[in-house]
Formats: sequence, structure tokens, C-alpha cells
Amino acid sequence: MASAHSLASSLNPATTSDDVKRAELSEIDASTKWPALFLLASAVGWLLIGTLFALISSFKMHSPDFLGNYEWLTFGRVRTAHLNAVTYGWSVNASFAVAFWLMARLSRSVLRHAGLLIVAAVFWNIGVTVGIFGILAGDSTSIEWLEMPVYATPLLFLAYALVGAWAVITFRFGKSPHIYVSQWYILAALFWFPWLYSVAEIMIIFAPAGGTVQALVNWWFAHNVLGLWFTPIGLAAIYYFLPKVLGKPIHSYYLSVIGFWSLAIFYNWAGVHHLIGGPVPVWVQSAGIAASFMMIIPVIVTAINHHMTMVGSFGALKYSPTLRFIVFGAVSYTLTSLQGSSMAIRSWAEVTHFTHYTVAHAHWGMYAFFTMVMFGSIYYIMPRILLKEWPSAKLISLHFWATAIGITLYVADLSIGGVIQGLLLNTPVLAHKFGLQQGTDPVPFIDTVKATIPYLKWRSYAGILITVGHVAFAVNFVWMVARSVQTTKTQPTLFRTPPEMEVTAQ
Amino acid sequence: MNRAPLIFLGIFLTLAFSWTGIILVNQIGYGSLKPVFNEDEGAAYPLQTPGLAARGKLVYEDLGCIYCHSQQVRRPGYGSDIERGWGERQSVARDYIRESRVLLGTMRTGPDLRNIGARQTDPTWHYLHFYDPQITSNGSIMPPFKFLFETRKIVGQPSPKAIQSKLPEKYQPKPGYEIVPTERGENLVAYLLSLKDTYAYPETKNVYVEPKPEAGKEEKK
Repeated sequence: MASAHSLASSLNPATTSDDVKRAELSEIDASTKWPALFLLASAVGWLLIGTLFALISSFKMHSPDFLGNYEWLTFGRVRTAHLNAVTYGWSVNASFAVAFWLMARLSRSVLRHAGLLIVAAVFWNIGVTVGIFGILAGDSTSIEWLEMPVYATPLLFLAYALVGAWAVITFRFGKSPHIYVSQWYILAALFWFPWLYSVAEIMIIFAPAGGTVQALVNWWFAHNVLGLWFTPIGLAAIYYFLPKVLGKPIHSYYLSVIGFWSLAIFYNWAGVHHLIGGPVPVWVQSAGIAASFMMIIPVIVTAINHHMTMVGSFGALKYSPTLRFIVFGAVSYTLTSLQGSSMAIRSWAEVTHFTHYTVAHAHWGMYAFFTMVMFGSIYYIMPRILLKEWPSAKLISLHFWATAIGITLYVADLSIGGVIQGLLLNTPVLAHKFGLQQGTDPVPFIDTVKATIPYLKWRSYAGILITVGHVAFAVNFVWMVARSVQTTKTQPTLFRTPPEMEVTAQ
Repeated sequence: MNRAPLIFLGIFLTLAFSWTGIILVNQIGYGSLKPVFNEDEGAAYPLQTPGLAARGKLVYEDLGCIYCHSQQVRRPGYGSDIERGWGERQSVARDYIRESRVLLGTMRTGPDLRNIGARQTDPTWHYLHFYDPQITSNGSIMPPFKFLFETRKIVGQPSPKAIQSKLPEKYQPKPGYEIVPTERGENLVAYLLSLKDTYAYPETKNVYVEPKPEAGKEEKK
């Protein structure tokens, strides 16, 4: 890069190196405009649909008669529709857009044949729509994270193959001599996902493995889709946006390498912790527990790297929406991952396994980490592809506070509820010791249900708050796309005007 | 310097490692466990799921029962599955070898169902429970499954399957009408009644340990 701009400035002394770089970047950004916009708009649509399904399922958990007469909306289906809408609809669409946009920028490569990428995105969204419709209609496979019926999956796979091929091409045509850590994560994720998905589809649905080996395949897939798809994309975004917004390099190159490889080695094996105590060989459970524990290494290493990058710049959180969401996500990643490692301990799993505690943990990861990072990335990307600014800083602020408070309340509430449920359900002696029950015999099952109801209600209130945030985000998004360029201001939309503009994104 | 091939190789090997370790090794190791033939009874255990129950399993899958109900009993001393009467023994891999779809589950918002067919043997109980769980289990948060029933005009003889005579006052249909389970409802109940792992395999005799009365548990904590 150094040679590129010294050459440019020697040819045209009036051109500053920054101008050259910016011209190149805006050309790259412009090439990603339509696919990124299509993917992000779909993502926002699915986010709203997924949130609606979430609210319905949450209400049903404490008021089972709510919409109780509609088979299509029975809890087992609408909860599954929620999971699939937010995972394959919102999260995957958002991660495609972010991964692409980052890949093009970091490889300093203009996106070629954007039209085909849009075709892939259209296929993906049709696949997800068909899949979710199938789940509501009663064709769910009942395999966690793989519920979409078989008639939806080939479409998804085809779309994915196109998307994956595109990323690799973009990378190959890249001009940048360095491979930045974000690119490692994205390339790895793009390669891992189809492998996981096709093995899981084949070994569970098309040619089922024997007995409980299916369960091993299921959790190898389901945990890895979090750890080897969403986590790398989320981390890639953090590694890019944190230094970018702050205008300084990442703290340590070596820490990011250690973080990457230790994640790649250990995360793989961790999924078996979902089967602790189950009818699968104990050695493989132990391997899963050990791997879950080893995950502490990449998590701590990454946390140190991010924290040291932030040190001295915490003031910027007051101004930049992107930074605020990304930092919230990065902190959540550290905390939820450490919690995840602890949940693999056999004696703690004895209490928390099979309870709402696991649900809280899943939302801490997928929402407080991944989704918040995606929000932050979208706040950065949209102005650069549309060449317009976000219309309302107030809506961004509402979005941040509603979702941040909402998810914190959600996780705290359901974690406490889950532990109480687990103690009553599994370890009566401990529950007695904590004064939760009279004797040391197991309490009737119905009491374990009744004990959770207040927490389930509070989960719904937290969900309403999160919904408010999502609506604010969607309104701002649609408003931004719809309004004409002429009316826009030239300054980036920040929470407040910083004393000096140097902390703002370029 | 182009490190891309090296990075790619690493990315490939890491996933290949866990795929081999978690999946291949176990598929080779116990993926083709065979049923145990009992000569006295002339039957091979686990028993094949009867046809009606097999169709009921599809209903169980499409309604998403797995999201609140597990189908696995943990060993004595780990959790209180045995104390709750959810099974006589721990579930073992062989219990599941006949199932083309294994539904172990990860939540116990409702009780474990691996042995529900041994524990709740009365079909009427199940029908009332599905019609509205409040009838049999007051305070339950299980949704009602009234859509597995049909309210229809009695034509000729009343159906022997009708359940309204057992339903409380507030659920009574108009006079001249009866409430009968649909075919899917009947299949689902048949499936639940078929769920019982009561056979003792050689390996279950080894793993079954008489639960020590609390002493062992307290020591562990």
C-alpha cells in the first residue's frame, strides 16, 4: 500500500495518498451496493418476523392458552419458526452482507458480477421462506437447528454454494498483499459452514447414522454453526471495525493469530457438551468438556486483544453508534463464552442442563454478541454503500438502549429462573440447602414449572423492550433507503457531536 | 508472502479432526449395534415401533414436542431422573438403534417421556391431557391440543372413542355433539404408549448402580 500511494503522489503531486485510497474504497463500496442492500433489507425483514414469532412463543410459555387453538401457531412450531427466522433469515443474511463487504474492502477488490450474488441471495431467501412455511405447516424435521424440511434444503445449499464461490473469487482477485485476521475468519467460516451443513443433512436426514450417533452429529453441527460460522463472522467484524472506527491498529497481530487457531482447534469439539449424561459414550462427552474448557484460551486472548485496542479510546463510545454496538458485542462474547465453558462442568451441567439457563446462554451469544455486532456493522456499512447518512440519531439511540437493556434483562432473568428450575428439577438436596424447597426429596414436577413462571413473564417484558429497539432500527433503515440523497447531510450521524472530529469514522 | 494455502490447510484439518473424532469414530464404534434376542420371549429388543405408533412419532415431530420434552434417562446419582420415576434404569445407546430419527431433546420444560408408556398407561388420561392439560395437570404450561380432536354431530350410534363424558362441565359440547380424537391424535397417543425402555440389556446391568441414599450426593457437592 505504501508503494501504491507514493507512486500515485509522484505522478500527481496534487493527489494526496488518502484521496487515492478513498477513491479506491468508494469504488469497492459502490460495487457491493446492490447485493449488500438486498441482503441487509432481507435481514431486517427477517429480524422483524423472527421477533414476532419470538414474542408469540414467549407469551405462550406463561399463558399456554394464548393463540392456543391454531395448530400452525402451537408452541413447538412457532418457537422453531422463531429460531429459523432469526438464524437463517436475519443472522445469515446479515453475515453474508457483512462478510462480503469486509472481504471486498480487505482484499481491495471490486466485487465482480454482483448480479449473480443477488440471484444467490434471492435463492437463499426463498429457501428460508419455504423452510419456515414448512415448519409452521407441520413438516419440521424436529432436529434442533436443522428443522427446515427436506424440500427447502437443496435450495439453501445451492444459494450457499454460489455465495461461497463468490467470496473466494473476490479474495483471489484481491490486490492486498496481506491477509488480515478478519479475512482468515471469513474464509474459514465460508469453508466450514457447507461442510457442517452437508454432513449434518446427510447423516441425520438422508442416510441417518445409527441411533444416538445422530445426536452427536446434531450437536457437532448445531454448536459448530455458532462457533464456526457466526462466531468467526462476528469476530471478523469486531477485528475490522474496532480499529477502523478508532483510527488505530489492532493491539497485537500475534494474539489475533493465537486466537484464531485456538478457536479453530477447540471449538470443533465443544458441541458434545449438549449431551452430558446422555446415552453416548462417556469418553466423547469428556472430550467435549475438555474442549469447552480449552475455549477459555481463544476467548481470553481475543478479549485482551480487543480490550488493549480500546484502552484510551473509551470516550469514543459516547459518539459512534458502530463502536457502541461493537463493543457491547465484544464484551458479551467474552462473558458468554466463559459462561459456556463453565456450563460444560459436569456438576454445573447437572443443574443447568435441560433448563431455561441454556436458553439464556444461547441468547447471550446469538443476540448480545452476534446480533449486536451485526447492528454495529450495518450502521457503518449502510452510509458507505448508499452515500447517505442515517436519518435519525435518536432512533439509533433508542435502538441501542432498548436492545442493550432488553437483552441484559432477558439473560439475567432467565439465568436466575433457569438455575432455580434446575435445582428443583435435578438436585433436590442442593435446592433444600438453598431454602428453595422443604425436604430433600424431589419436589413434584409441576412445582418446577410453577417456579419458573415469574421469570418467563419477565422474559416476555424483556422481549417487548427488544422489539421496540428492532422497530426503531427498521424505521430508521427504511427511512434511510427511501429518502432522497439531496436532503442528506454530509456529516456522519453520531449520538452527539464530538469536540474534534478525529474519532469519527472515515 | 502468500500464506493462503497454509491457512486453508489448517482450516481443513481442524474440522476434519473433530469430524473424525466425534462422528466417524463413534459411527464405526457403535453405529451398528444390534438388537438383543431374548430366547425365552422369542423377541429382539428394543422392539420395533408398531405402525400406529410410528405414525404418531411423525406427529410428535411435526408439533415440536421435543422442544419441551427429553427422551433420555440419566444415570442414578446424576440429576434425579430415577427418583422422579422417569425410568427404571439409565438410557443406553442400544435403546435407540431402531429409530431412524433419535429425539433425545435438550429441554425439560415438561417431564422426560422416554418411559411415559410404562408410567401413564391409560389412553383416556392422555386424551384428556391433550385436550387441555389443565384437566389432568393443573398449573401446567403445556399448550392445549384441541386441534387433535373433532367436535361433530352424533349420527346414529355415538362413537366409542368419544371423550366428552370424561370432560369437565366447561368443555362439554352442545347436546347431540361428541368430541373424538382425530387420526393424528390417536396415533400420537399410540406413540406415547409405546415409549418404554424396560428391557435390561447386558450393558444396563453393568451401568445400573443402586442409588445411595443421599450420602454420595452430598459428598460430591
